[in-house]
Amino acid sequence: MEQILANGLYLGAQYALIALGLTLIFSLMNVLNFAHGQMYVFGGFVTYTVVAQWGLPFVLGLIASAIILAVMGALIEVFLFRPVIRKSKRDESTMLLAAGIAFFLDAVILLLFGEKQRGVPKIVNGVFNWDMRIIMPYDRILILALAIAMIAGFIALMQYTKAGRAMRALAQDRVAAQLMGVDVDRYSMIGFALGAMLAGLVGGLLVTITGINLGMGGPTSIKAFMMIMIGGAGVISGAIAGGFILGMMESVGLTLLAAYGDITYLVIFASLMVFLAFRPQGLMGKPWG
Amino acid sequence: MTKTYAVLAAFLLTIFVLVPVTISATGRWDLYYTLTSVALLSIGAAGVWLTFYIGRINIGQGAYALMGGYVSAVLMTQAGFSFWATLPLAGIFCAAISVLIGLPILRLRGVYFAMITLVLTEVTRLTALALSITNGAKGITSIPLPGELSIFGLTLIPDFSTMDSPKPAFYLLAVTLMVLTYLVLWRIVNSRLGHLCRSLQQNEELSASIGVNTAYLRVLAYAISSFFGGLAGAVFVAISQSIYPSSFAVTDSVNFMLYCFVGGLGYVGGPILGTFLLYFGWDLLSAAKEYQLLIYSSAMIALMLVLPNGVLSLFDRKGRRK
Repeated sequence: MEQILANGLYLGAQYALIALGLTLIFSLMNVLNFAHGQMYVFGGFVTYTVVAQWGLPFVLGLIASAIILAVMGALIEVFLFRPVIRKSKRDESTMLLAAGIAFFLDAVILLLFGEKQRGVPKIVNGVFNWDMRIIMPYDRILILALAIAMIAGFIALMQYTKAGRAMRALAQDRVAAQLMGVDVDRYSMIGFALGAMLAGLVGGLLVTITGINLGMGGPTSIKAFMMIMIGGAGVISGAIAGGFILGMMESVGLTLLAAYGDITYLVIFASLMVFLAFRPQGLMGKPWG
Repeated sequence: MTKTYAVLAAFLLTIFVLVPVTISATGRWDLYYTLTSVALLSIGAAGVWLTFYIGRINIGQGAYALMGGYVSAVLMTQAGFSFWATLPLAGIFCAAISVLIGLPILRLRGVYFAMITLVLTEVTRLTALALSITNGAKGITSIPLPGELSIFGLTLIPDFSTMDSPKPAFYLLAVTLMVLTYLVLWRIVNSRLGHLCRSLQQNEELSASIGVNTAYLRVLAYAISSFFGGLAGAVFVAISQSIYPSSFAVTDSVNFMLYCFVGGLGYVGGPILGTFLLYFGWDLLSAAKEYQLLIYSSAMIALMLVLPNGVLSLFDRKGRRK
């Protein structure tokens, strides 16, 4: 049982980080970022290139992923989403754009990094063993600690800095924030960059454990969507809760339902439908987002 | 109005007469397959378009296409049904399922609905993998070609397996279904039901407050939409004579949505044009080999930047300037 909880915590921390970026972008721009999974894969490949191919330390790889993805996110916001949002009649048009960007990133990843599964060597060796109750390799514990530290850092950033306050104001009411003198364009860009950066960082963290390949983008986006549906779209605490809940459900489900075959996600989806029938806005979401 | 009829007549003439004549003259028989796919995909896209019409973003059409395909395949191989009987049954099965699924999830809006339909696609694939009637990952193969359809001994459609090549027959079947689908869609849009759907798209609370039964309407629209999805899936199965859990995946669901966007959400014919442009464009770009996806996605992004309201909005703008 302890093992299941530990696994769930470990999965949940990563999931929460992915969901945070997605929900940040959604709350600021009302854009469902289909390309989030691809950004995650891209970040993983950047870390792989820096660490495994150039032989630099892992920390540098993470920093490189963060910077490259942040720049990419900012450029995507300024040159793609902003003009389309301005010109289009319906909000949904941004979804086509986001899907187009997802395909585009897939193509870029394929051309730059190829389609092979890639991983980097372990950063820490050894296995933590507590009385055979919890067995976990040290590198996983390190990743877990890093992920939790990043979540804490992100919350601190949103709560205590000027940029964070501006972004929270934007998420609450765009027009009102603008009237109060918040530079909407600038903070939309920063928010998008931050969201993309988070995706890149998770990619960089996970490349050390599960490795990374081209096909992981889509399924990752789908999991992220499920998390923010559980927690409520556009709410930061909801994204964290959704991430940990999905992580736990997956961990518990994989153990308990193993006898019935590969139906964990079927069960999760069915319970999600029942849950959403009672609470369409998720755990902490505002009604109708 | 006469101009609309002229365009419609020209379109019907093109797909039923000109295309088969051109293909047999030039010998490009492979085009039949491409055009059949375009016609079938646009049937599925018609359903997605209808859910857009009630203000919901549907990224779950792949799920219903897969379900429809499996219903048709299972009925044909295990219960000995004829293809023509499974075609409506597949549609009705999907519509029934969509009512069950739709009742809870249609209360969701905007991005929430979009996300859950996307998840639905993935879950349908997993269900197909897990169930025994669908034969898991191995799929169902060697499904017979459509047999003969006759009423009172009068042969309406001959047995497909007796033909030299079933390709033109499948093409005619697909475009006939497409024309029927879009006739139904056009009729829905230009009826009381269509007006009510438009009111849902604009403001659901307001229309509920003046006595529109919104819950019933959106489930109805979603069921019709899923019916189209199931229909498209069933014919696809008949053409490829096989079905696997991966026959319709998340990418297909996203594509159905993209076809609608590219064509334009404000026009009944939008999905046909969008499907044609994207599917044909993808086919033509296969010459570019590894840069295929890069060029395709760049073109899509560029299209969105230039014409965010769909290709058909080109005509829209001209009309307004006059």
